[in-house]
Amino acid sequence: MTEEIIIAGFGGQGVLSMGQILCYSGVMQGQEVSWMPSYGPEMRGGTANCTAIISDKEISSPVLTQYDTAIVLNQPSMDKFEDAVKPGGLLIYEENGMTRKPKRTDINICSIAAYDESVRMNNTKVFNMIVIGGFLKVKPIIELENVIKGLQKVLPERYHHLIPLNEEAIHKGMDIIKKEHSLN
Amino acid sequence: MKELRLMKGNEALAEAAIRAGADAYFGYPITPQSEVIEYLMRENPVDRTGMQVLQAESEVAAINMVYGAAGCGKRAMTSSSSPGISLKMEGISYIAGAELPCLIVNVVRAGPGLGTIQPSQSDYFQAVKGGGHGDYKMIVLAPATVQESVDYVKLGFDLAFKYRNPVMILSDGIIGQMMEKVELFEQMPRTTEEPEWATVGKKPGRDSVIVTSLQLQSEEQEKVNLRLQAKYRVIEKNEVRYETYMCDDAEYLFVAFGSCARITRKAMELAREKGYKVGLVRPQTLYPFPEKVINEFGSRMKGILTVEMNAGQMVEDVRLAVNGQCPVKHFGRFGGMIPSPDEILNALEQKIIGG
Repeated sequence: MTEEIIIAGFGGQGVLSMGQILCYSGVMQGQEVSWMPSYGPEMRGGTANCTAIISDKEISSPVLTQYDTAIVLNQPSMDKFEDAVKPGGLLIYEENGMTRKPKRTDINICSIAAYDESVRMNNTKVFNMIVIGGFLKVKPIIELENVIKGLQKVLPERYHHLIPLNEEAIHKGMDIIKKEHSLN
Repeated sequence: MKELRLMKGNEALAEAAIRAGADAYFGYPITPQSEVIEYLMRENPVDRTGMQVLQAESEVAAINMVYGAAGCGKRAMTSSSSPGISLKMEGISYIAGAELPCLIVNVVRAGPGLGTIQPSQSDYFQAVKGGGHGDYKMIVLAPATVQESVDYVKLGFDLAFKYRNPVMILSDGIIGQMMEKVELFEQMPRTTEEPEWATVGKKPGRDSVIVTSLQLQSEEQEKVNLRLQAKYRVIEKNEVRYETYMCDDAEYLFVAFGSCARITRKAMELAREKGYKVGLVRPQTLYPFPEKVINEFGSRMKGILTVEMNAGQMVEDVRLAVNGQCPVKHFGRFGGMIPSPDEILNALEQKIIGG
């Protein structure tokens, strides 16, 4: 198994930490991982993205142009990465703030209203965990318990009391993700 | 027990410096390398090992602090990115001339000038051919993974002290910024021995020591040069390091180093899927360059393609090593652009297989 993921959105949406959490979870599961952020001028207020690769095998290139999964959280990211999904791959987009639907018909497409759900949960900071939950529902490449172990590694100890809340957010994401276009 | 962590290349390298028993780090922030000094400041290693960390007022000051600490026999290091390394070049030449050990890290970004903060390998010439003035060489280590960034800190200090010579780790924006699984070695003690060449004061029973790169008599300077050259020949004999991938049945060969070697490895896998018999040589030391193995491959390959994030630098050393036995071409992206595996495969087909 090799899963090559691009996660893109506005700075502040938790894009980079989503990738880190997935990678640390992969480490907990004994897999090879790599995480590569965009660190250019775009991270100063504009779009941010990171590449996360989780694999059973040693990872060659940490930088890619085509992905198994694209998780896009704003319109500029959808515009940039919709075409970079491999045929048969997966595109997940956040509904909030999108002005157009994806056009591809040769990939699986899911939408998630993670922002609205985070508002209902009264904590918009768990937005990215809801998205992770949605992704893991469609592609269960990592066991939930390893995600929790990953969170314990990523979060400083003083925030460990928030882990149950994050776990709840993952479950919400699994519940609310919607299939928009399915290949089979 | 193994300690596995997910770390950024720059941060892992900084932690490795503490664990390698470094005595001092002097630096000045610059993207994409700033995490090295940020991590060291946060970690405050003076409490862990007594290692001193100082943000100097400039890159020039930082390298001269390294010069001073090295002259006292200390394990000193600095790090920067391309424009900052250019500023350090005068000091590096002095350190090489005075035959002192130190570790210099260059997390390369694209130039010339201030260029851009994105990754590049365009400082190959500067690192390998000199950079500063005078006939000198640095040992240049090129990590391709976060793990190698860690391992080369320890190796770098060892080689620097073994040969009393500056060692450079030539990283880049990809290796510095990416996170990977890394296994950290155990904390090593800081050494308290004073090498006999260290300027630590004339005590009874100790010969006086002068550390200098100045020799006004040409006859004496030539002796220094001859001694340096003899040392470099020993380094060339003993310290060549490289990895080969799928070379046994190969008809074509990639040569690439650092992050670019990983992208090229993906291209090699794609090429193999298409039925091309392609291998890859990845120099881990850029000086000393693995010219012997490349010369041997040159005698039995149909063609060699170097892949670099520059306009063609290492390709010159590959051509010298191959010495006309087969065609050697270069493919590169530069200015902070990163070549994709597909582009590399395409270049192989166009320039080597079809060429």
